[in-house]
Amino acid sequence: MSHDLLRFDDWTSPVPPVEREVLSRLVEGEDEHEHPPLLFVTGPGVGAWAFAEHWLAHTAGRGFPAHALTPREGGDLRAHVHDVVQTAASLPRQAVLIGHGVGALVVSRALGRYPARAAVLVAPAMDRWATFGAAIKTNPLGTLRGRPRLNRKQLFSASLPAEEADAYLARMTFAHRLAFPKQVPSPVGKPPVLVVGSPDDRVVPRKSLDRVAAHYGGAPLLFPGMGHALMLDAGWAEPIDATLDWLTKELTAAS
Amino acid sequence: MIIFRFWRTFCSLPPSPRIWQYRRVHDTPDIADRRDAVCVIGAGASGLATIKNLREHGFAVDCYERETSVGGAWNWRHDRSPVYANTHLISSRPLTEFPDFPMPDSWPDYPHHSQVLSYLERYAKHFGLGEHIWFGTEVVSAVPVGDGRWDVTTRSTGGGSSRVQRYAALIAANGHNWSPAKPDIPGDFRGTVIHSAQYKDPAQLRNRKVLVIGGGNTGCDIAVEAAQQATTVWHSTRRGYWYAPKYIFGRPADQVNDGLLKWRVPLKLRQWLYRRTLALTTGDLTRYGLPEPDHKPYESHPIVNSQLPYYLGHGRIKAVPDVARFAGGQVELADGRRIDPDLVITATGYAPRFEFLAPDLIDTEPDGRPDLHLHSFARKHPTLAVVGLLQPDAGLLPLAHWQSVAVARWLQLRREDPERAAAVQQKESARPIPSWSKRRVVASRRHWFEVDHLAYLKAMDELLREMEPAK
Repeated sequence: MSHDLLRFDDWTSPVPPVEREVLSRLVEGEDEHEHPPLLFVTGPGVGAWAFAEHWLAHTAGRGFPAHALTPREGGDLRAHVHDVVQTAASLPRQAVLIGHGVGALVVSRALGRYPARAAVLVAPAMDRWATFGAAIKTNPLGTLRGRPRLNRKQLFSASLPAEEADAYLARMTFAHRLAFPKQVPSPVGKPPVLVVGSPDDRVVPRKSLDRVAAHYGGAPLLFPGMGHALMLDAGWAEPIDATLDWLTKELTAAS
Repeated sequence: MIIFRFWRTFCSLPPSPRIWQYRRVHDTPDIADRRDAVCVIGAGASGLATIKNLREHGFAVDCYERETSVGGAWNWRHDRSPVYANTHLISSRPLTEFPDFPMPDSWPDYPHHSQVLSYLERYAKHFGLGEHIWFGTEVVSAVPVGDGRWDVTTRSTGGGSSRVQRYAALIAANGHNWSPAKPDIPGDFRGTVIHSAQYKDPAQLRNRKVLVIGGGNTGCDIAVEAAQQATTVWHSTRRGYWYAPKYIFGRPADQVNDGLLKWRVPLKLRQWLYRRTLALTTGDLTRYGLPEPDHKPYESHPIVNSQLPYYLGHGRIKAVPDVARFAGGQVELADGRRIDPDLVITATGYAPRFEFLAPDLIDTEPDGRPDLHLHSFARKHPTLAVVGLLQPDAGLLPLAHWQSVAVARWLQLRREDPERAAAVQQKESARPIPSWSKRRVVASRRHWFEVDHLAYLKAMDELLREMEPAK
């Protein structure tokens, strides 16, 4: 394991700063500081809006201050990790990082740089070939494009009305594939890490969920019947509720 | 403004009434056993990192801070803080921030001292460190009691009776820039003499005739401020230094320098490049009367100041040699010349002080210099370490962070796997000192703890790998 003490990239060519979009739902009143803040991260091409749709308000409703970061345009993996760590460090208390899809990949790298209170990887797109294989089966044309596109079937289950699904799809811009090294850093500060996904996800296959969860020494928490976009699909409340239950348990165990 | 200041001061007070709690129990005669808890002395940058990293490794921590708030040297409200109104960092942001808690990337390349303080306050709040700190409490003495444990005597800063508690380990993060080292200048002087620690505001210099003694970064900073405020400015330096600009090729100079280190450019070539770059940018300073450097580049603590040569060139600063003695209303210089300042500022640095420890515990040499492994681990006491006692050629915070991680990992290994800990200790005792300590530096107290940040971090990396938990 590398401790990453020598950071020539950061010392000699720091990531250029950008204005970052962060959407927040805060908790009012006395229990403002009772729970750690949660920082949600999507993959590039999506944005904070995807979490603002349901999960942010739901999370705040359960007493956790909730924030979502929109990835910068055209950044590489290093820039995205930088933005996540910058945003996390700007929060008043040690944050819980929650990444979805390629956002989970970014979070897994950010965990090597910032001691998160806990981390949740939702449908993590961290296995290049497994993800590619699953995508090409359902959506060969979209997958083979320079900027791969996902379709309705990959992202959502049949229970989500088609108009709603299409409206969400229209808001996604889809970005170029991120180049990333295979090595996943050990999380600093040893936070508990949870993997959440669906066995019916047509982007991240079940095997991949198992592999990522095993890397962090656990098993994935599964929500059958849901598509890749767990925060937008019908039944979005289940995965976030289960995640917050897990978090509450972990936080009580640690204190 | 007054209300705002009051609010700030108010909010920096400890949140819980711990001081009072402590006073109530002070008369317990027996020693309170804190079992596996670790005692940390000081809640400045190094102390805060130490608390956080010990907590991350599962240790209970009691930190004692004699002031009423965090920030140590960077907290301008503290009497012993060395910062003056215009103090800015001399190493750039990426080389100065904690590696796991970056400063906001919207901040300037060289932040102001008040930004550094707010950064440390946010760090403490972010990681919930305040609840482990006992403010307004001083450590009077720490004594080893065998089996690696320590009896720590504390007392409220305001006085009162003391209390003794027993800890599993003792980490001193008490800083080394708070006890002024004052020069011994013979003779009497009719004007005012102050140490740079007492210099806070440029108004102190306005319309005065100022002599600044000392060629370090503080001396150069004050000379520059005096050039903007005072009627006459003399800057006395004992030897010639390499005055590096803050920017080279439009980039912070330390970032450019680390580019050379990244490509492993050998020292000889780096020294040549350094001379060439300085010749092309700053130019020859001997024509202003400054002595030629008596050492090669990279052999002394870097002086980073772009404005000093500017004011030398404008005649606002007069370079003079060492001070020989005071003579009534005048000051006699080493070359026999006499000048007549009415304010003398001695920017002659600070001395490390560990009054709470018997000198032999940290192998203090006759000249007062502690001899510690990696400037951190006590050689004969495995549960005693010092964090932050370094003079790196970059920011201190990253090095203090990794020091405290190594200390935490070491204490953890010692607790969980004594056999492996012994093996690590054995191996570490064979680590050659030149591999982590700068050998070829100017022999002066200012350079006791001089380290090359890269060599030091490499040594830390190796040590951390040796202590890696077995998989």
